[in-house]
This record gives sequence, structure tokens and C-alpha cells, in this order.
Amino acid sequence: MKFSYFPGCTDHSSSLEYGLSTHEVFKALGVELVEIEDWNCCGAAATHSLNRLLSLCLPARNISKAQSAQAGPLAVPCAGCFSYLKRAENVLKNDEAGRKEIEEIVGFTYQPSLEILALVDVILNRIGLEKVQEKVKKPLNGLKVACYYGCALVRHPKITQLDDPENPQYLDRLMKSLGAEPVEWSYKVDCCGADLAMTYPKVVKKMVGKIVSMAKEAGAQCITTSCGLCQMNLEMRQDVGLPIFYFTELMGVALDVEKKENWWKRHLISPKGLLKSSGLL
Amino acid sequence: METMTSAGKVDSSFLKEVEKRSGEKLSLCYQCLKCTAGCPTAPYMDFRPNNIVRMIQMGMRKEVMESSAIWFCVYCQTCGTRCPNEIHIGILMDTLREMAMEEGFHAKEKNIHLFHEAFIHSVGRGGRAHEVTMLMEYMLKSRDLMADSLFPGVILFLKGKFPLLPSLVHGKEEIKKIFERCTKEK
Repeated sequence: MKFSYFPGCTDHSSSLEYGLSTHEVFKALGVELVEIEDWNCCGAAATHSLNRLLSLCLPARNISKAQSAQAGPLAVPCAGCFSYLKRAENVLKNDEAGRKEIEEIVGFTYQPSLEILALVDVILNRIGLEKVQEKVKKPLNGLKVACYYGCALVRHPKITQLDDPENPQYLDRLMKSLGAEPVEWSYKVDCCGADLAMTYPKVVKKMVGKIVSMAKEAGAQCITTSCGLCQMNLEMRQDVGLPIFYFTELMGVALDVEKKENWWKRHLISPKGLLKSSGLL
Repeated sequence: METMTSAGKVDSSFLKEVEKRSGEKLSLCYQCLKCTAGCPTAPYMDFRPNNIVRMIQMGMRKEVMESSAIWFCVYCQTCGTRCPNEIHIGILMDTLREMAMEEGFHAKEKNIHLFHEAFIHSVGRGGRAHEVTMLMEYMLKSRDLMADSLFPGVILFLKGKFPLLPSLVHGKEEIKKIFERCTKEK
């Protein structure tokens, strides 16, 4: 089995451990990820805030690269990148005038057969939880995890077409299959504040504070997420020391892959204490 | 469409223009306030999302364009997901920001605007976002010293998460062309 892979800009920077753990986990699952050639930024929040056309053309260039690679569906780890690629795909698929304009600017012909999938969707619905479970060497021993989806994975549901927008279950099901115990809580799709963290950190501190304290109140020992910006905000803007994992890191623990030390040292809140006390390190 | 109020006729040209450009049917709004109830940044806005929709219906172009509300929207899409009339306020806010800048209105939230611009410039330079140069541009232009972010930022840098050198695409010319076309056609 193989997939095209769009790492996104933060793969080399602020979410380094997301990319590293993704590669190790996929190696263990025996699934190939083929990085698309010369990919560019998905456009992120800034471009659609000021320039709609640019916010569609930047992801479209990546879609064109994935088409030419012919390496299977495009797997996208970062929830933000995923949502912007899907937003462009929606215009390419459903708005003829929009498609022609984008095709002309980017210089390609859109092929609707290319699928764009969030990494968690790839794991649940293409690889399958049975296969993941077969590879589990170190079950997570009932580790209490709050699964945090944030905005971009599930909204807008017509665009992302992934899971329930108010009470999604994908990450919860995955965590259960690894032997963890996902907690029930009400803040799994609340916004972390996104890039307001740069201009209004105090506002984001309040937003993150609510999310983290609610996870703790629900009995969670840690939070898991699939978005680089969410992970950074949740780690950087909280005071209670709750570890924030990428979901691929917890998969890596359960599958007992190599080089995990290289992920833990990237965290602002070290998860090692929790892993040790849970018998996972 | 003509609306009568005690003050006389309302000019609906702004409403028509925003509806056409955003593709959102704002006339359908019946002020149920679901958007504002679920909006995580509404407490920090001068006008709430439902107010903005009503103000557009009432033709209040200047007040809308100069509001802080259009800048505080972080496009979390909670409003658009829950709206019973399927109005996507995130897309509306994007449209309003873009129109406000084109029409030369002053950005009420200058720093949010400068941050978005710094990000776009960073992508325009090398095809990929680069935190260090982006943040430097933002700090210089806004004179925001980012006191709350500086310490964790330095730690992230020491952890190798803010590389000094940017990762660049080979097809810089392609990126340049996309930027030129997307800016020229506006």
C-alpha cells in the first residue's frame, strides 16, 4: 500500500516530531509515504484572510504535483493543511469558472480522481484498525487521553467530509485500539485560537486554558491532536503541565518504534514523566 | 430589495455586493444568534457576528469595514457549521477583510493584518513559510515585541523547531507567477 504525502511547512520546524513519528509509524505498518515533489505552503490562515484566489492557487499547485506523482491518494498529516487543500479541491470539483481560473494560473488540468485524505482517515479507513492492532507491542495500559480535534479536521463538514463535526470519534477509536482510554469531554472541537497566539497571546491563553482545564477535569492525563498549530498553542499557552501528543507519537509508543527519544526532546512539556509512570518508557 | 425603517429607505447595494462576492445568502439571516453563541472570539469583537450580518443588511459599509470583528475571526467555522440557514460567516469575514483592504479602509486590528501580511510575504519569498523571517518582519513593522511569546520562542529555537535557514521550493518562478497573477487580478 502506498500514498502520496504532503508534509507541510511545519514538518521541518514547529511540528518536527509529528513528521518524525509519522514516518516511523508508517514504516512499522509497512505502508509507503511518497513525499510529493517540490511541494509548497498550503496557504495557511493568512492567505485566505487577505487573498482568496491565492489561498486556492497555492494548494492547487500541490494538488497538481500529487496528480503527476501518481503515487496514490494524497495523505495530509496537518489538519490545517488538510482543510486548505480540501477547500481548493471543493472549488476545483464544484465551481467550473473557479476551476478554469485556478487551472490557468497554476498551469495544470485538474483530475477529480485524486483523493485528498487526512492522515487519521488513512489510518482508520484505508489501513484499518485491525492492522494497527496487530502491530501493537506495548498497549497503552488504559492511559487516559483527551482526543482534541480542533477546527480544521471536522469543519466545514461539507468540505472536509470527515467524521461528526460536534462529537467526532476517529481519534477516540484509534486511541482505544492502542489500549488507551479516551475520556468523554465537551471541548474536543473548540478552537485553540490559532494564529491569534502571535498577536493576542492573552486571548489565546484564555481559550487554551479552558480546553486544557476541561480535559483535566474529565480525568485526562494528556491530550492528543493532529494539528501543528493546536499542538503548539496547547503546549505553549497552558500553565498546568498537561502533556500534548501528536496522535502518531502515541501510536509510536504502542507500536514500540525506534528513535522516540528524538520526539520527546522537542516538547515544551516533556511527556516522559507520564510515560514512565504509566509503564510505557 | 428595499427595506423600510423609521428613518426611511435602506440602501441595499452593500448587501447585494457582499452577497455576490462571498456567495453567502445573508438575506436569509433571522438573527437566531447561534453564530455568536458558538463564536470563540466574539467576546473580543466590537460587533458580534450576528451584528455584522445585520449591519450589512442595513447598508453600514463603513462601520463593518472598520470593525475589529472582521479581524478577530480565526475561521474556526463553528458558526458556518451550525447556521440553520447555511450562511458561512467565516467566508463572509474573509470577503469583508479582502474588500476592506481593497477599498483602502484602515485595519482596526493593525497587528493581525501585519501578521497575515508577514506570513504571505514569507511564502512569496521561498514558496514555504519560514517562522524566523516572518516573525522578524512582523516585529519590525508592528513594533510588537511579543513579550509573551519570546521566552517559549527561544526554547523552541533551542529545540531545533525554528530553523534559521528557510526550506525553499525549487520552482520559485512558478510561485512568483502565482503570486503575481493572484495579486494583479484583484
